[in-house]
Amino acid sequence: MRALVAAAVAVGWIVPSSAAPPAGAAACSGCHAASTRVATPVARLAGRDPADIVKAMREFREGARPATVMDRIAKGFTDEEVQAIAAWYAGKR
Amino acid sequence: MNRREFLNSALAASTAMFAPAVIGQAAPRVVVVGGGFAGASCARALRNAGPRIAVTLVEASATFTACPFSNAVIAGLRELSAQQFTYERLIADGISLVRATASAIDAQARQVTLADGTRLPYDRLVLAPGIDIRWDALPGYGESVAERMPHAWKAGEQTLLLRRQLESMEDGGLVVISAPANPFRCPPGPYERASLIAHYLKARKPRSKLIVLDAKDAFSKQRLFQNAWTELYAGLLEWIPLSKGGKVISVDAATNTLATDFGRHRAAVANVIPPQKAGRIAEAAGVADRSGWCPVDPASFESKLQPGIHVIGDAAIAGAMPKSAFAANAQAKVCAEAMAVLLNGGVPSAPKMINTCYSLVSPDYGISVAGVYRPADGQLTEVPGSGGVSPVDAPRATRALEAAMAEGWFRTITGEVFG
Ligand SMILES: Cc1cc2nc3c(=O)[nH]c(=O)nc-3n(C[C@H](O)[C@H](O)[C@H](O)COP(=O)(O)OP(=O)(O)OC[C@H]3O[C@@H](n4cnc5c(N)ncnc54)[C@H](O)[C@@H]3O)c2cc1C
Ligand code: HEC
Repeated sequence: MRALVAAAVAVGWIVPSSAAPPAGAAACSGCHAASTRVATPVARLAGRDPADIVKAMREFREGARPATVMDRIAKGFTDEEVQAIAAWYAGKR
Repeated sequence: MNRREFLNSALAASTAMFAPAVIGQAAPRVVVVGGGFAGASCARALRNAGPRIAVTLVEASATFTACPFSNAVIAGLRELSAQQFTYERLIADGISLVRATASAIDAQARQVTLADGTRLPYDRLVLAPGIDIRWDALPGYGESVAERMPHAWKAGEQTLLLRRQLESMEDGGLVVISAPANPFRCPPGPYERASLIAHYLKARKPRSKLIVLDAKDAFSKQRLFQNAWTELYAGLLEWIPLSKGGKVISVDAATNTLATDFGRHRAAVANVIPPQKAGRIAEAAGVADRSGWCPVDPASFESKLQPGIHVIGDAAIAGAMPKSAFAANAQAKVCAEAMAVLLNGGVPSAPKMINTCYSLVSPDYGISVAGVYRPADGQLTEVPGSGGVSPVDAPRATRALEAAMAEGWFRTITGEVFG
């Protein structure tokens, strides 16, 4: 089995799972541009300290941080989901 | 991925190595039909999700004309050129662009046929054709009538036609918009359009009147729109719901008249937003059901009717997600990841998506509706307690901020998709 997995990895049929964004991460880039070519009025998430994102999302959810829309969005994500998203963005440039 | 999922997908991948598509290690081929918000986003996301995948994008038009903010073009606040985008950056990303109309799909042979007879083989197909007008749904309406009574629900010439009609209308004229029953492209769109046309009339032709004839009794962001209408356009804009005789049952192009069960409205300018269905290639591919739209799996967007074909954007039945450019882009990214996993012999995990639709009630008065969605019981369902509309009692400064955010969102999304 191990050999099979190794073979599958070697021929490129298994992408390392770290490449795939966690649930919800891709949806943030509808407003927080992933492309560096895009001029956007909202802060970029890529390369941010994950603790900042987790803290901001918690404050948005609790209504402790001013927001036009993030309060409504943050309420749709659990702490665990936000942690995974924040960690993924931290690894991006 | 946990250990078991990893082993499962490894096993599936090792079996997949003996499947026909994989013999000789040929790169898997994905064809995307339609280069709008859904299809262009998906083609691009596929280049990231599976760099080995050969991606072909089939698009009928050399230039894409975006609908979001096209209501501002109609009201003279913006030029159509600000809505137009080309595919150069997608080609630079390594996507093969085929400028053609796809005319048939053979789901068994896994081939797309183009209008000139060329066939494109695929391992997985994405259909993202947007909408088509149901020309037979409204007696008196049709393709040639749309030259007189524009729908302007696909941006381009139709947008400019409606704008010209408003510009040449005399002060004191009656403008009528007819809004269809659900589901249709951009649920708040007719009401944003009514608002911005009212804004134009108030400034330029203040003796005129605007009536919205609606086939529904409720609509998106209704309270926010109606409050703003009272504040900004009292006496100018009137909304007539289904229960008050709002449903248009026929139109007469010769007299520019819209008929309801309750009476007739003779318009100086008539904007008929007719019932819609998935772009016609969906029906030809056998992925549309009797509703005219396409049922899909909520995690992979694979058709429930034809395996190997994914449907995203306006054409898909996406449960609680509205037919918006925002949703089309979100679905495209999920679909691309899912296809990369499936082509690897794996099982896509449950996604989470966001939608946000901004509307302008006037150039500096923006409102929004947001939602977070995930699959539940085979449907895309809103996460309880999340989302909702802008606060009803927000000060004007917040409305101005949201109008700026709306503009920013358009720049971001079009930059992400085409830039
Ligand atoms: C007035 C108006 C305002 C709107 N405002 C907003 C807004 O503010 N925010 C928002 O999120 N959404 C908005 N929308 C909705 C948004 O425009 C649509 O939801 C979005 O365009 C859907 O994307 P799509 O890719 O499914 O379809 P489209 O963007 O329409 O793309 C479909 C593409 O497929 C091509 N095509 C179709 N059939 C074929 C074929 N057989 N062969 C080759 N090519 C084909 C077409 O040429 C087209 O380029 C608005 C819509 C309207 C009408
Ligand atoms: C509809 C557009 C939109 C989407 C989608 C969106 N955001 Fe935001 N985000 C904003 C806006 C606008 C702000 C500024 C606060 C406000 O007005 O709500 C913001 C602010 C933030 C901030 C604070 C940034 C700072 O430096 O102050 C964080 C963190 C954040 N968003 C994270 C996310 C994450 C994570 C997601 C995806 C789960 C996401 N956002 C999805 C629009 C969006």
